[in-house]
Amino acid sequence: MKAIVTVIGKDRVGITAAVCSLLAQHNINILDITQTVLQDFFTMVMLVDTTACAESIGTMADILEQAGKEQELSIRIQREDIFHAMHRI
Amino acid sequence: MLNQHEIMQTIQMIDQQHLDVRTITMGISLLSCAHSSVETACTKIYDKITRYAERLVQTGEEIEKEFGIPIVNKRISVTPIALVAAAAETDSYVPFAQALDRAAKTTGVNFIGGFSALVQKGMTDADRILIRSIPEALSSTDIVCGSVNVGSTKAGIDMDAVALMGRTIKDLAARTAEQGGFGCAKLVVFCNAVEDNPFMAGAFHGVGEAECVINVGVSGPGVVYHALQDVKGKPFDVVAETIKKTAFRITRMGQLVAQEASRRLDTPFGIVDLSLAPTPAIGDSVARILEEMGLEVCGAHGTTAALALLNDAVKKGGVMASSSVGGLSGAFIPVSEDEGMIAAARSGALTLDKLEAMTCVCSVGLDMIAVPGDTPAETISAILADEAAIGMVNSKTTAVRIIPAPGRAVGDTVEFGGLLGSAPVQPVHPFSSLDFIRRGGRIPAPMQSLKN
Repeated sequence: MKAIVTVIGKDRVGITAAVCSLLAQHNINILDITQTVLQDFFTMVMLVDTTACAESIGTMADILEQAGKEQELSIRIQREDIFHAMHRI
Repeated sequence: MLNQHEIMQTIQMIDQQHLDVRTITMGISLLSCAHSSVETACTKIYDKITRYAERLVQTGEEIEKEFGIPIVNKRISVTPIALVAAAAETDSYVPFAQALDRAAKTTGVNFIGGFSALVQKGMTDADRILIRSIPEALSSTDIVCGSVNVGSTKAGIDMDAVALMGRTIKDLAARTAEQGGFGCAKLVVFCNAVEDNPFMAGAFHGVGEAECVINVGVSGPGVVYHALQDVKGKPFDVVAETIKKTAFRITRMGQLVAQEASRRLDTPFGIVDLSLAPTPAIGDSVARILEEMGLEVCGAHGTTAALALLNDAVKKGGVMASSSVGGLSGAFIPVSEDEGMIAAARSGALTLDKLEAMTCVCSVGLDMIAVPGDTPAETISAILADEAAIGMVNSKTTAVRIIPAPGRAVGDTVEFGGLLGSAPVQPVHPFSSLDFIRRGGRIPAPMQSLKN
């Protein structure tokens, strides 16, 4: 299943590395990444494939949220469908 | 491929603009639970609701997490109890309300609606018992909501029922006096009630509906407000287009959630109700949308026109986004539940008369309005009659949820807490409607041609 991971927060060294290794630990494959830093504000959007992940998206959402809190970031994973529904006909 | 801007736009709608699915409501038919014994009927009701809705809350929470979209309420609506209880040999339907309350609590939902009667053309014995039971039923239960449909475009207005409901509302307020008359927040008096409304307190599962359905109510006043900030000073054509596009997106999200809930619960999808339902949170207000259109304060001259545009544009945008639109669909204007409305009412800019005018063009009616506790029952009835007349003549749903707050006077505030917010007590006209309400009988159905 495809999902979107978004990471938002104040920019610093190692955010991308931390998030990518966390996803790798759970066998989540990253298909695409876009990232911008605007006035110290870090925004990253990733398209990922969760087919090989043992956890459900709901559980992964909890894990990422918790990891985000520890690093003062907002990290979330959402099923891709919701973005398609809202932005594509 | 989706681009970053689109994804971040959705995230912002959820994070900062209060986009949410307001409710997933499971409609359950209780017609099969009719029985001459109250005890047996109540057991059947409890068993059926808890069986059908066993996984409702859990499924809602799962969808919420996977899609990352808040689903604020999970609710149940049932067949109007006056129909289900009619076979029971009793003179009080309070045990039915208590059975609903127990069943709802077991399933973990926020509210259950359907302690209702449809009396637009006349009252059966069961309807009378139900209405008589409302004050005790709604004051002795926690999450049961009731409604009574007193009029329709086809049948006219049952003025006996209107008179009865004025007294019922006063009685219910008195029984919940310690909470500012809170019981009345769970009671709606309708004209042209719809059978598939997922929003409380007026939800019930109509007899024309299937055995069990999933209806979803979406919201998002904050998203519309935010979108309008980008088109400041532009003509109304642009305003209408902007609202339509926003409503389309919101409804598509609601449709997705509805389909997913329907699939997981193995229950047919009913409708998406695309309503702008405000909350007392800052930035989630319908009044502020109207003000964004250029009004100094909600209630100023022009408010009705602004609301008409908003209500229509929401429908037009949403209708293409869902395979089946229903319920009330439009803009809600509950005073106590809308931060901007509260401010406007408190400042005196938004009066009961202006609200009544606004109900001609919004999706429902006079909603969550607190009036002085010493307002006579006949005056309440007259307010109900006025509102029902607007619905009857304009072929639309109108509703009244009014709270004559015991011991409170104009200038006081009644706190309900949570999504129900707080209502400033608003003045009513001091002139008597006693002889008008005493007449009783029926106001005939209106002409549907020669419209002027």
